Amino acid sequence: MGKTEFAIRRTFQLVLTLWAVGTLLFVIFRLMPGDPTSYILSPGMDAEARQAIVEDFGLNAPVHEQYISFLTNAVVLDFGRSFHTSEPVQDVLFRLIPNTLVLMLAAFVMAYGIGIVLGVFVGANRGTRFEKGGIVLALVQRSMPTFWVGILVLWIFGAWLGVIPMSGMRSAGESPESFLHMVASLDFFWHLIAPAACLAFYSMGYPLLLMRNSMLEILGEEFIDVCEAKGLKRRTVLFKHAARNAFLPIVTAAAVSLGFAVGGSVLIETVFGWPGLGREMVRAVIRRDFPVAQGAFVMLAGLVITMNFVADLAYGYLDPRVTYD
Amino acid sequence: MGIQDETADSIYTDLDEYAGVDDDRSEWSRFIARWRETFASQWRLLKQDTLVVFGIVTIAFFALVAVLAPYIAPHSPLERQYGDDGVLISQWHEPFWLGGEGGHILGTTAEGYDIFSQLVFGTRPALIVGFAAAVITATFGTMVALVAGYYGGRVDDVLMRLVDIAYGLPLLPTVILMVAYLGPSFFNVIIAVCLLQWRSSARVIRSQVLSLRERPFVQSARVAGASDWRIISRHIAPNVLPLTFLYAAFAIGWGILTEAGVSFLGLGDPSQVSWGTMLQSSHTYNAMSHGVWWWFVPPGICIALVVISGFLIGRGYEEITNPKLRRRN
Repeated sequence: MGKTEFAIRRTFQLVLTLWAVGTLLFVIFRLMPGDPTSYILSPGMDAEARQAIVEDFGLNAPVHEQYISFLTNAVVLDFGRSFHTSEPVQDVLFRLIPNTLVLMLAAFVMAYGIGIVLGVFVGANRGTRFEKGGIVLALVQRSMPTFWVGILVLWIFGAWLGVIPMSGMRSAGESPESFLHMVASLDFFWHLIAPAACLAFYSMGYPLLLMRNSMLEILGEEFIDVCEAKGLKRRTVLFKHAARNAFLPIVTAAAVSLGFAVGGSVLIETVFGWPGLGREMVRAVIRRDFPVAQGAFVMLAGLVITMNFVADLAYGYLDPRVTYD
Repeated sequence: MGIQDETADSIYTDLDEYAGVDDDRSEWSRFIARWRETFASQWRLLKQDTLVVFGIVTIAFFALVAVLAPYIAPHSPLERQYGDDGVLISQWHEPFWLGGEGGHILGTTAEGYDIFSQLVFGTRPALIVGFAAAVITATFGTMVALVAGYYGGRVDDVLMRLVDIAYGLPLLPTVILMVAYLGPSFFNVIIAVCLLQWRSSARVIRSQVLSLRERPFVQSARVAGASDWRIISRHIAPNVLPLTFLYAAFAIGWGILTEAGVSFLGLGDPSQVSWGTMLQSSHTYNAMSHGVWWWFVPPGICIALVVISGFLIGRGYEEITNPKLRRRN
């Protein structure tokens, strides 16, 4: 199978997965105990108002029609209006997505920057106490619940030392002109650092362990011996020769885990009161605002699916040795 | 008799071939003996690694606490405590060793519940979720992998597309959505975790089955006229068992972390005290601003300990199943 054929097949799979997720959502929505209208309608409404709302949301159509209109609307990211505020779900989502993306990217850069460098050193010192320590550190990071780490950080740095804000994305009274202005401000950075660091702390273990395994492979190869025989400095051998070759698995893993970090950000956003997509989804679920919950979920799942897709395609282009069969 | 003695140290021996030959044990006792040997040989390999032993001991300790919870905990976890003045506690009390009144080992919550008792009873849901997730995901994942890998073709295609779809779902948001729709019960959290966790074990074990299927011992069993079921259960399944254990061990950790996360978000079973709900209520009462660390530090330590034990056991298995890792270390 050639590269193009693989790309086409993988694209079909992408569409299939997106369709399956959409269908799953629809089915779950129908499975919900009780009449879906009972969540939207308050008992005090008169029959006419009820009828108007039911028609407005398309809840009186036959199931297959609802299914088709749900899917077609989902394609253009139209998830209706919030049950709670009547604001179009699309607007809510587009307002929150940048916040989540900024938080995730910041965490991602920290996690992969530190994780990869640590992984190189851990891999280069195999069999030593340093290596065992590095592995245990990575496992400890993965084992501590992210939200608990967030609580500890808020307690120590927020309440005790008072160096970080307790919640939110910007200080009260700050009203930046635009999103870009806000992101560029020092106040935003001050709010961003703690949640991003917590998220990074959790995701760091994966690139660390992966880089270590990859380094073990590469350091056993002959060209490394040649480099050492040439009398290159150890740091040069490690970072210029070994690490660059060991880097490949990280690239694809990074794409996949960037997708999954979205899931992890739900907890961190809740702990730190960060107005992002994950926190909004939880709040929507709790107040039974299903259009918003569905919309946020489709966004999160869509990101995971797309990143998986990118990772699979990127792998073939980055590593010429890959064969598709 | 001689034949059996030689092969008894291998779990892959087909003891049935020698049924009735110098063996008056029943089918059952041979079955049990075979499994006992399997576990004994796994244990021999595992106990070489101190970290794995640490993991097993920790989980055993928490299991003991969970079983004996009513005897260890001084109070019921959801029974509001009275202060020394005979009035219901409406503000947290410090632990007695910090000078708190009432002699509470870890103080009380803002609602007046005894924290130590909650912590002790919290082991129960954590371990139940952990083990249910481990058993269900490992069993289900292995079965899917065996069927997909052994039969191949269209069956394999369909099952693997299902795995791909499961991989498209972000874990925590999916569990949140399912729990929200199915209702916040403990059982539903387990179902939701299991529905997503079988994917990785299925994918990895399937590729192992694909390679086992072509090995000479499987081919010869097929030539000898063994049925599909017999080949799968006797020749292939025992060989993927260490991988199954590996994923089971990892699933303990993921199950507990997910349950804690869902409970922390306030979507857990409201009638049950778990480490996640303890952290949720401490967060709701803003305990970190007031420095009430004895409320939110212990549950997190417990979660981390149990989860890391699962991961350590899993890593131990990884080194068994992947000798390359072992040699390099």
